[in-house]
Amino acid sequence: MDNKKDIRLMKGNEAIAEAAIRCGVDGYFGYPITPQSEVMETLMLLKPWETTGMVVLQAESEIASINMVYGGAGCGKKVMTSSSSPGISLMQEGLTYLAGAELPCVVVNVVRGGPGLGTIQPAQSDYFQSVKGGGHGDYKLIVLAPASVQEMADFVELAFDLAFKYRNPALILSDGMIGQMMEKVELKPYRKRWTNEEIKQMHPWATMGKPAERERNIITSVELDPNAFERFNHKLQDKYRKMQEEEVRCEQFNCEDAEYLLVAYGSSARICQKAMELARAKGIKVGLLRPITLFPFPTREIQALLGHVKGILSVELSEGQMVEDVRLTVEGKVKVEHFGRVGGVVHSPEEVVEALERKIIGG
Amino acid sequence: MNEEIIIAGFGGQGVLSMGKILAYSGVMQDMEVSWMPSYGPEMRGGTANVTVILSDSRISSPILKMYDTAIILNQQSMDKFEPFVKPGGVLVYDGNGITRHPERKDIQVYRVDAAEEAARMQSPKTFNMIVLGGYLKIKPLVSLDNVMLGLKKSLPERHHRLLPMNQAAIERGGEIIYKVEA
Repeated sequence: MDNKKDIRLMKGNEAIAEAAIRCGVDGYFGYPITPQSEVMETLMLLKPWETTGMVVLQAESEIASINMVYGGAGCGKKVMTSSSSPGISLMQEGLTYLAGAELPCVVVNVVRGGPGLGTIQPAQSDYFQSVKGGGHGDYKLIVLAPASVQEMADFVELAFDLAFKYRNPALILSDGMIGQMMEKVELKPYRKRWTNEEIKQMHPWATMGKPAERERNIITSVELDPNAFERFNHKLQDKYRKMQEEEVRCEQFNCEDAEYLLVAYGSSARICQKAMELARAKGIKVGLLRPITLFPFPTREIQALLGHVKGILSVELSEGQMVEDVRLTVEGKVKVEHFGRVGGVVHSPEEVVEALERKIIGG
Repeated sequence: MNEEIIIAGFGGQGVLSMGKILAYSGVMQDMEVSWMPSYGPEMRGGTANVTVILSDSRISSPILKMYDTAIILNQQSMDKFEPFVKPGGVLVYDGNGITRHPERKDIQVYRVDAAEEAARMQSPKTFNMIVLGGYLKIKPLVSLDNVMLGLKKSLPERHHRLLPMNQAAIERGGEIIYKVEA
């Protein structure tokens, strides 16, 4: 083994915490909830306030956490929070204000089964909430879906890069499986936190004190002039279109010759990889497309496969949410069905193969 | 090489930590590994299980239906997982508290009476290491050196004085495991 590399065995949640410290995050504000409590637990154990100067604070609630994020983000700081489904629902007001004020930040949702207080087991039933806005108003979050512990670590930095590039909140949409499982992960070296001078230089919009030569910066999401606010909304939409043009990320397995396609993200994509292996062993030409960005969705990438793909199964731990985006993408050209277990039950690779045979190949 | 293992027993038997040590040993041997626990209220008593995969190549699903090896440490887990050992696969169990012994004829069954042995060695906490030692005798996928490195990585430093005792338990497990003839 290469001794220079920092390779560990850790949980997805622990990887989030390690990566946050290493990529120079200034502040984490959170409130405990299963199955993501290890994020703050790990941060508290590592005490980054003694090394990098990163603030780690247990707020009194999720609502307080997201509003602390708003405050930190307004100062151009790299700030984040994490929670699981019910806690993320509580944060929706804060998220729409962050999007409306064009503030960059990172939010991690380690999804558990809903609705309501639900279960603590893995689910992917927060897809709509994540990619369709979630709070009120016409806005989008940048949504990244890690499928491994390594990606849990890597996507913290990627999410911050995208959030600052577009001045928009970014969401890491994980679930109880990726959060709780342990895998090998290679950790990146430590990067210094931005100095205030660097922030002023890079983010002239940040409220870092008013110099004599310019007007004060204002962070707000309110605009009482409808015409001005329409122009602002158009500007947001331009930003989302640019993301759709430039930021789509996905991974394809055996898609070149696929007659049938599985579309799955996160934990379901891992299960579908195995399902694909089982189906290929039976002689079924199946491929897997794994969206890494859920917004922007890999529309063009799926459309490019429609020449040879005869049917698509969207596999998610939900009653069928992403399947709607797949259907919008495919525009009725091929059959699209959904399969997924819910409520914290996780489908097996064998169940996915059976569903593919029943709903797509035989159906 | 791709070894898919379920380890199942009561909460408190060291099922999850045994899985973690095995996974860390795999990391030390430059393998791809995954460790997927059952998490939730069953941790506080009740049954606990963990799926561990060791592989030469990228691991797909960390959750499985069928296993190459099942390591079974109580009756509930026997009832639940015996049917899900792949034909030709391996089932390792501790006979303590088992009322219905494995019945399948298409798998290889091994017994390691680790609870009894741990009591004899007067170190009940090394129970899971005796089981691990038994398993590694049957499937020597990782070397003892790498297991000890994995153990060192998994244990907090304040417990490192317990390493020799754990090594003795692993070695003892290898000695006492035996094949149950079908």
